Amino acid sequence: MPFFAYTLLFLFLPAASVLIGAFQKDTSGYTLDNVRALFHHPYIDAYWGSVKLSLVTAALGGVVGLFIAYAALREGTPKWIRGALTTFSGVAANFGGIPLAFAFIATLGPLGVLTVFLKNQLHLDIAAHGFSLFSMTGIGLAYLYFQLPLMILVIAPAIDGVRKEWREASANLGASQLQFWRYVGVPVLMPSILGAIILLFGNAFAAYATAYGINSGANLITIFIGSYYSGNVLNNPHLAQAMAFGMFIVLGLMMLIYIPLQRRAARWAK
Amino acid sequence: MAYLELQNLQREFAGGVRALDGIEVQLGQGEFLSLLGPSGCGKTTALRLVAGFDRPDEGRIVIDGKDITNVAPSKRDMGMVFQAYSLFPNMTAAQNVEFGLKIRRKGKGERSGRVGELLELVGLGHAGDRYPHQLSGGMQQRVALARALAIEPRVLLLDEPLSALDAKVRVQLREEIRRIQLELGITTLYVTHDQEEALAISDHVAVMYRGRIEQIGPPAEMYSRPATPFVAEFIGTMNRLEATVSDPTSGTVEHGGVTLTVDAARGRTKGDRILVLIRPETVELAPENGSNPANTLSGEVIAQTFLGPVTRLKVVGPGADLIADVSTAKAATLPIGMKVTAALPVTDARVLELSDEGFEIAEEPGQAGR
Repeated sequence: MPFFAYTLLFLFLPAASVLIGAFQKDTSGYTLDNVRALFHHPYIDAYWGSVKLSLVTAALGGVVGLFIAYAALREGTPKWIRGALTTFSGVAANFGGIPLAFAFIATLGPLGVLTVFLKNQLHLDIAAHGFSLFSMTGIGLAYLYFQLPLMILVIAPAIDGVRKEWREASANLGASQLQFWRYVGVPVLMPSILGAIILLFGNAFAAYATAYGINSGANLITIFIGSYYSGNVLNNPHLAQAMAFGMFIVLGLMMLIYIPLQRRAARWAK
Repeated sequence: MAYLELQNLQREFAGGVRALDGIEVQLGQGEFLSLLGPSGCGKTTALRLVAGFDRPDEGRIVIDGKDITNVAPSKRDMGMVFQAYSLFPNMTAAQNVEFGLKIRRKGKGERSGRVGELLELVGLGHAGDRYPHQLSGGMQQRVALARALAIEPRVLLLDEPLSALDAKVRVQLREEIRRIQLELGITTLYVTHDQEEALAISDHVAVMYRGRIEQIGPPAEMYSRPATPFVAEFIGTMNRLEATVSDPTSGTVEHGGVTLTVDAARGRTKGDRILVLIRPETVELAPENGSNPANTLSGEVIAQTFLGPVTRLKVVGPGADLIADVSTAKAATLPIGMKVTAALPVTDARVLELSDEGFEIAEEPGQAGR
């Protein structure tokens, strides 16, 4: 009951308010204009920007995080590495927003510590090589700072669940390490990997403050929503609500892709 | 000529834990050897060395005259059945059995024929399309056995395969393992802490303790002629009487102020401290009637444990601390509190040197010691 009340108050009621607001006029009455506008420039581009950024950071964070987690958890790795990585991941996965943006600007911004060090000490001018923290690549890099640890935290229990007996039985039956992962390890982990990647996608898709802190003009849907809610010039909360409604739709579409994939990957566990 | 040889295998783990201290085994082709011992005795370590999951610090493993000590597990052609939960959960029973054949690039027709045969052999011809979580523990172990046999291994290794099963299934499955082993004539190394299991299905039993083989031999010999106090204690139940040889010619010994005659004590030196080992089923109890026949100890029944056809009685008295197995019908005539005499066998008792070194038999937990 308390959980139901909690979800009602903090999930369903706000979602319903967004949903209704998306179809309301500024004055009074209902309209489809707000939703129609989403299919046109600049909003459709902002959605596409957000989807691309989320897909890339979810995929990269997912794959690299999986390898890091496996390397830290596998038999033979000193136990302290596991402890240190889990603790760091717990902190880093929750480090985001303006502080993260500031940390990246101070490190990799035009006058960031690392940028200056690379330029002066190693004669490597990353700006001259086309890197800008304020670009989508830069924002993506900052997102990876929390995407990677989140993947590690989410996938670690699943990796722990890969039993030593399976590896040994597989070796005993003549399989190489690669064959074990191909036929057993990856298929067993696949439902968890898919679940983790969809979580990472949602995490990046909904991120706002980090991107805003790095580049408030970034072509991302969350930044548009922020502008239309609080902007002095662009103030249009119903259009912002329509954009949020569009985000529900995008996430819904992702789930439509995810659910059959997950069902297929986990058919052996039914 | 031995088919499988373990030569002076030694293995020490971090922290100085000596898991194996020079074990020697020679096993003929098609023979079934059980490594039996309490938790931490090194039996699973020995099996893992044979499987190739671990390497010995010293010693060699030889199969059919070839040294395989440093061969990778995937190249050893060994079939292994683990304690539990070793089936690949993402594959059906049939796919599990097929796995080794697929890795060996056998043709599809050959694979499906062999999988069918093996599932039939283990009595699961009807369950090939079920996933492991849809099978009972016993069925899972049958599939694991079929999977291990599919690759026609040179040696079959079983690491306490029945320890996670209930008692009835254990007995049923151990008989099936033996039947299949005999049918296929496959050389088998079986690890267990259950002495009844080892005695029931093996050609040879090796009792291990503290990383060493205490005694190796056929089950009947292990039971009737234990070579060390540890084996005597570990296999079956044994009464242990500390005694001093008083007349080596007649085999007379002194125990707790009572004179006993034990054939096995003949030829020893007068004054030798020995351990007289007597099986509970060879002790004959009778109500005390005032007489004091030869080779008897007197005492009082202080406990009865019902074991089905027999009942185990504990008898305690001056110089007597014995257990005796008597028929359940007879036990009813010897209630707790009754004074009894215990007649000890002259010929069936075994004698060992009394060692200063004590031993402990640890409680066997669910997991094997490694």
